[in-house]
Amino acid sequence: MKSAVVLLPGLNRDRDMIAALTKISGKAPVTVWQTDTEIPDVDLIAIPGGFSFGDYLRCGAIAARMPVLRAVAEKAAKGVQVVGVCNGFQILVEAGLLPGALMRNTSLKFVCREVKLEVANANTAFTRNYAAGQIIRCPVAHHDGNYFADPETLKRIEGSGQVVFRYAEGTNPNGSINDIAGIVNDKGNVLGLMPHPENLIEAAHGGEDGRALFESALGLSKAA
Amino acid sequence: MPVIKARVTVTLKNGVLDPQGKAIEHALDGLGFGGVGSVRQGKVFDVEIDGADKAKAEADLNAMCEKLLANTVIENYSVTLI
Repeated sequence: MKSAVVLLPGLNRDRDMIAALTKISGKAPVTVWQTDTEIPDVDLIAIPGGFSFGDYLRCGAIAARMPVLRAVAEKAAKGVQVVGVCNGFQILVEAGLLPGALMRNTSLKFVCREVKLEVANANTAFTRNYAAGQIIRCPVAHHDGNYFADPETLKRIEGSGQVVFRYAEGTNPNGSINDIAGIVNDKGNVLGLMPHPENLIEAAHGGEDGRALFESALGLSKAA
Repeated sequence: MPVIKARVTVTLKNGVLDPQGKAIEHALDGLGFGGVGSVRQGKVFDVEIDGADKAKAEADLNAMCEKLLANTVIENYSVTLI
């Protein structure tokens, strides 16, 4: 299965994402640069975390207006799977590919720790290798992960199963509404999440709870 | 070349949580400014546009807000020519 990783100035988790996709799919992802207007045919496009364009103006705001994001939107419209992690999630909401917004953490502090996530919907392309309600471990590292949506949008995404991951067991690190950690678009092929599943994919990471997300998205069966 | 000067103000919509505004509110209280009911933090952009066509400048500034300066999911904006 083929994948692509979007590169933008200021992202710093791109190498982690490339390593994870290479290890899990057995094939190095292609990389696309901010000015690229076309993305090769792939099954999964990943937007890594970091601080694109210094997070000036708003997190992800400037990255979301780069040519490569128009190419991502075109691919997403054709049904290609897209995952945005951390800054990648912020970029996807700023680009209008996911509903809502990501605000400053209520603590006003950068949080870098491990949280528990509940798989709130295991019936998506990104979570089908998890069990519904499964609690997994996952690292987070962000300053602006406080998910917000207006009441109408919130009701819609909650009602349609678009909330895919929730912070569990009191580990909400940012004040996110309804403990939302990750959501998909209404078609279910674009996922954004604040936690970093790419940083928990093998024993050397201290666990592999994040691995099933990529295996699901790449159409691989669960590792034995 | 004439220049049109404008000020764009971007503020959070009502009902959107503003942790930074809250922190500032508490800090003001700590400095002894009692009676501060609420603080909301926003952004101001001072923009200079070449030309003399004020109507076009205003239309462009509104488009700039819609496309980049404001995130209309959470923010309102206003444009004033100075």
